[in-house]
Amino acid sequence: MSINLKAIVEGLLFVADAPLTAERIAQVTEGTPKDRVQKVLDELETEYGEMGRAFVLKNVAGGYQFRSRPELSSYILMLKQKPPTRLSRAAFETLAVIAYRQPILRAEMEKIRGVDVGGTVKTLLERDLIRIIGRQDLPGRPILYGTTKKFLEVFGLPNLEALPTLEEMDSLGVGDEEGLLF
Amino acid sequence: MGLSIKLEIYEGPLDLLLHLIKKNEVDIYDIPIASITDQYLEYLKAMKAFSIEVAGEFLLMAATLVQIKSRMLLPVLETDVETEEDPRLAIVRPLLEHMKLKDAAEILAGREILDRDVFSRTTSLSELGMADEDQLVPVSLFELMDSFRRLLSRLEASGGLEIVLDTRNIEDRIREIIAFLKACLKAEFEELFAKDRSRSELILTFLALLELARVGVLRLFQDAATGRIHVFYLEGRPPFIPLAGLNNGPDSAPVEPKANDPENEDPAS
Repeated sequence: MSINLKAIVEGLLFVADAPLTAERIAQVTEGTPKDRVQKVLDELETEYGEMGRAFVLKNVAGGYQFRSRPELSSYILMLKQKPPTRLSRAAFETLAVIAYRQPILRAEMEKIRGVDVGGTVKTLLERDLIRIIGRQDLPGRPILYGTTKKFLEVFGLPNLEALPTLEEMDSLGVGDEEGLLF
Repeated sequence: MGLSIKLEIYEGPLDLLLHLIKKNEVDIYDIPIASITDQYLEYLKAMKAFSIEVAGEFLLMAATLVQIKSRMLLPVLETDVETEEDPRLAIVRPLLEHMKLKDAAEILAGREILDRDVFSRTTSLSELGMADEDQLVPVSLFELMDSFRRLLSRLEASGGLEIVLDTRNIEDRIREIIAFLKACLKAEFEELFAKDRSRSELILTFLALLELARVGVLRLFQDAATGRIHVFYLEGRPPFIPLAGLNNGPDSAPVEPKANDPENEDPAS
């Protein structure tokens, strides 16, 4: 019995609860070229999206993962014994500065936000959304911060390049006063 | 100063400035600096009046605003008109940057966030709100005390100072617990305290539980993974001692003891 590559890839994705990379799938499928695996992944992503099921296949943090549709969140939260991901407004703002301007110093974040960010940086570090990625060659060798892989997972981004560019936002008119969340 | 309040609405001076610009519906590229500066200083005064500690950043921005205001009043030499930069740019630039940041934050907050809007598969029984019955261990006295203390402190934290005329005694409470457990056979420790509104009620329930455990009507187990305490009703069965790590299939856990089923009897009893 021969099983086609798509079924194998689908099966591997089914049992993985973390984003599975095309590289790893290629290894497991006895050296199937990565571009073939990628093609199958793209097909599956489209198919699951079009099937209108309760979950979709998403490209996050460099891998692929099944995720439930957002419409179901209230029921899933009832089932789960874990409180939902919550971030304060200050945490979202600091995270945004880091995501868009990384690598970035704490002093630079404070300049843009206009407030002390020590507390939020600590929270974001604890939540594994940001990390220390090095030190600036300046007096005192200040710490440079950047986002983590977990950040990409939490915000459903395949990679950092997938962050909407701020210029795009300007042209889309996002951030009109009415549209402000906070 | 005895009392200080932390104001969360305008987190920093840039937020306050942005608020004033929006409130006055003025163009960010053409800020009426005199009026905005006055209003800004008004806010600082109000904050002081409410004993809100004004952070250094706010004072720095106030100084910047006043400086810009005074520079605006000075005549610009005719030869410098072309080269002289609008002094307001010193605040317009950071303001624009700040607005961009707010947009970026909004975009992030509006995304489908994992474990808030969308979820991935999970293999953890306890995360799904189910006891992993292979992981149950007998509960120690200290764990029991800890759990009870948590309940007490939660009641105190919720301001549970109301005085309740309590006419129930321990026999009543024991009867209630048995009736409750007869219906569902097992419960979570905290579930049994759900109706208790005062310290004495909590203590009464706790004593009733201890008594029932002592005489072998129920048993208390703890989920090794989550630390949650589960209460199992023994339905007239003699008490038994579970063997830690004993694993002979999903039916072996001390969950739904059937009194008339000799095959289900625990060998240790």
